[in-house]
Amino acid sequence: MRVGLFLTCLNDTLFPAAGKAVVQVLERLGHEVVFPRAQTCCGQAHFNTGYRRECGPLARKFVRDFAGLDHVVSPSASCVAMVRENYRDLVGESPPVYEFTEFLVDVLGVTDVGAAFPHRVAYHPTCHGLRLLDLGDRPTTLLRAVRGLRLIDLPDAKHCCGFGGTFALKNADTSVAMGTDKARAVLGTGAEVLAAVDNSCLMHIGGLLTRWRSGTRVLHVAEILAGT
Amino acid sequence: MSTWLGMPPFPEAAREALGDSQLRANLRAATGTIRAKRAAVVAERDDWEQLREAGRAIKDRALHDLDTYLVQLEHRVTEAGGVVHWARDADEANGIVAGLVRAAGASEVVKVKSMATQEIGLNEALAAAGITALETDLAELIVQLGHDRPSHILVPAIHRNRAQIRDLFRREMPGVDPELTDDPVALAAAARAHLRRAFLSARVAVSGANFAVAETGALVVVESEGNGRMCLTLPEVLISVVGIEKVIPTAADLAVMLQLLPRSATGERMNPYTSVWRGTTPGDGPREFHLVLLDNGRTTALADDIGREALRCIRCSACLNVCPVYERVGGHAYGSVYPGPIGAILTPQLRGPDPVADSLPYASTLCGACLDVCPVKIDIPRALVHLRGKVTHPPRERAIMRAAAWVLGSSSRFAAVRRVTALGTRLACWLPGPWRRWTQARDLPAPAEESFREWWDGRA
Ligand code: SF4
Repeated sequence: MRVGLFLTCLNDTLFPAAGKAVVQVLERLGHEVVFPRAQTCCGQAHFNTGYRRECGPLARKFVRDFAGLDHVVSPSASCVAMVRENYRDLVGESPPVYEFTEFLVDVLGVTDVGAAFPHRVAYHPTCHGLRLLDLGDRPTTLLRAVRGLRLIDLPDAKHCCGFGGTFALKNADTSVAMGTDKARAVLGTGAEVLAAVDNSCLMHIGGLLTRWRSGTRVLHVAEILAGT
Repeated sequence: MSTWLGMPPFPEAAREALGDSQLRANLRAATGTIRAKRAAVVAERDDWEQLREAGRAIKDRALHDLDTYLVQLEHRVTEAGGVVHWARDADEANGIVAGLVRAAGASEVVKVKSMATQEIGLNEALAAAGITALETDLAELIVQLGHDRPSHILVPAIHRNRAQIRDLFRREMPGVDPELTDDPVALAAAARAHLRRAFLSARVAVSGANFAVAETGALVVVESEGNGRMCLTLPEVLISVVGIEKVIPTAADLAVMLQLLPRSATGERMNPYTSVWRGTTPGDGPREFHLVLLDNGRTTALADDIGREALRCIRCSACLNVCPVYERVGGHAYGSVYPGPIGAILTPQLRGPDPVADSLPYASTLCGACLDVCPVKIDIPRALVHLRGKVTHPPRERAIMRAAAWVLGSSSRFAAVRRVTALGTRLACWLPGPWRRWTQARDLPAPAEESFREWWDGRA
C-alpha cells in the first residue's frame, strides 16, 4: 500500500525519531511510504488557541500537500484529531488521516509488527487519542505483542497530563502541577520507559522527568514498535 | 452578572490556589469520591447514552422555542395563583425581590440553595436593603458563616474538610456546643438546631428552581437535605428566582431530567427530596408565590450558535468533578459562582469581556473529560475553543501567532526556522519571554543530531 506520512511540525522540529520509526515499521511490513516535502503543520495550535482565521491557510495548505493520497498516517493523535474533527468545517473536506496505531490495527489489520524491546514500559493514553480518536486498546495491543516488553499498569492513566498546547505556557503553574502528578505516577510504577502516541504530551512529562534526573525516559510508541 | 471584585485572571488565581496543599488534598478526596459514585450508578444504566441524548434534545427544543415556552409558563403559573416577574439583569431581579420582601413586612428571609441568586448577588443586595438572608443548605450555610465564597456548584464548601467546618461552627454559630466534634452527624445536628428557629419564624423564603415546566406551570427543586422543602412549604411568601433557560416543555420531559440529574450530581439513583409545586394552594404551603424570570446575559448567549449550548446546563457539577484543572485549583480561581468547565464557558458569556472572563476559556487543556460525563452532552471543549476566538488576544501573543502562521505557510520558511530552533532549544533556558514559563520547571528536549528530512534524503 502507498502511504503518505504526515510528520507534524513538532516532530519535524524536535522529534525526527518518531517519523523515522513510522517509516521503518511500515516499510518492514512491505508498504511504500511517501513524504510530501511541502508539508508543515495542520494548524492545531492556532485553531485551539482561538486563531481560527490564521488556521485557515494552514488547513488549505495541508489539503493541497496531501492531495491524491488515500491514506495519510501520522505519529500524532492530536494532529489527526484536529484534521478529522475540524477540517470539514474549516475547509470543506476531511483528508483521510490515520493515527499510526489506528492505521496498523484497523487498516492493515496488524497487531504484531515483529518488534523487540526488552524493557518495562508504562503507557499513557493521551486525551485526544483516548477521547477524540477512541484509540482504545490499539496502542497497548501492539505493545503487548513486542518481544521482551513488559507493559506495566499506570495508575490514573486516563487523567490528563496537563500539557494542553498553549495551556502549558498560559497556565504554566497548573500545567506543571498536573504534569507532576502524572510523572510521579510514572515513577511509582518502576517503568523504565513511558510511551504515548503524542510527542507533545511526552515532551511535557519527559521535561519533568529529566529535570528531576529520574532516569525514566519517554518514547513514542512508534519508536518502540520500530525496535528489533 | 455579579463579579468577584479584585479577583485576578485565572492563571494568577490558580497559582495562589496551587500553593494551598490542604485545599488540594480536600479537593482530591472529595472529587475522587463523587467521581467514583457517579461512575457506579451511571454504569448501572445500559440506556445511559440514550438518556443523555434525550436530555440534550429536550433542552435544545426548549431553547429553540424559548419565547413560546416562557409565555406558556407565565400563563400556567398565573392561572395557578402565582405572579410572574421578568428581570432583565441582576439589578432588576434584586430590586424585585427586595420590594416583595418589604411588601411582606419581613426583614429576614430563609433561602433554598440556588445558583441564580448567587449569580445576581442577591444576599448582598438584600443586606444593603436591610434584609437578612439565611442560607439553609448545609454547605451554603458553611460558606455564609465563613464569609467565604462558594467553590463548587453542588457542594459550595467542597474546599473545606470536616475539621475546618467544626472550627467554623464553634466560632460563628451562636449557642453551639463548644465541645462540638467533627463527626458529620454532630455537625449536621448543630446546623439543624441553628436552622430550626429560622424555619419556624421566617415569613418569606427565596429559592431557585432546577426545572420549570411550561406545560403545567410546575416548578421543581431537587435536593438532599429537606431544608429546601422546609423553606418551600413553611413561610407565607415564596419567591423563586429562575433563569429563563430552566424551562422545559412538558411534564414528561421531567421524567428524563430526573433520571439524569441525581446520577450525574451526587451519584445517587434518586435524590432524597424532590419538591414540585404550581402557584399557590389554599390552606397548604405559601399563600403568595412569585416567580422572577431572569435573563442576565442568557439571551446574549442564546444568540451564539455554539455558545448557546451552555444554556442546556442542568448544574449537576459532573464536569467539575472530573476536570483535572478544577481538581488542582478549586473553584475560587474561576472568579465567579460558576466554576470548572461549565463556568469557563458560561461566565464569559453572561458577563461579557473583562480580564477574568477573557482568561477563563483558556483554563482548560481541552482533555474532553467534561464532555464525556455531561448529562446533556454540552461540547464544552468546542465551546471553549469557540470562545477563545472571541476574546481580545494580547498583542504580543497575536504577533507571535501571526508570525508562526506565516512561517508555517511555506516549507522553505519553516525549514529556515527549524535550523535555528536547534540552537534555540539549547539557549531556551536563558531566553526571556514566554519560553521561561516552560523551562522554569521542565527541560526542553535536546535537538536531534540529524533531522528527519536529512535522514529521508540520505536514503537511497
Ligand atoms: S455542563 Fe453538563 S456536566 Fe457540567 S454542570 Fe452543566 S450539565 Fe452538569
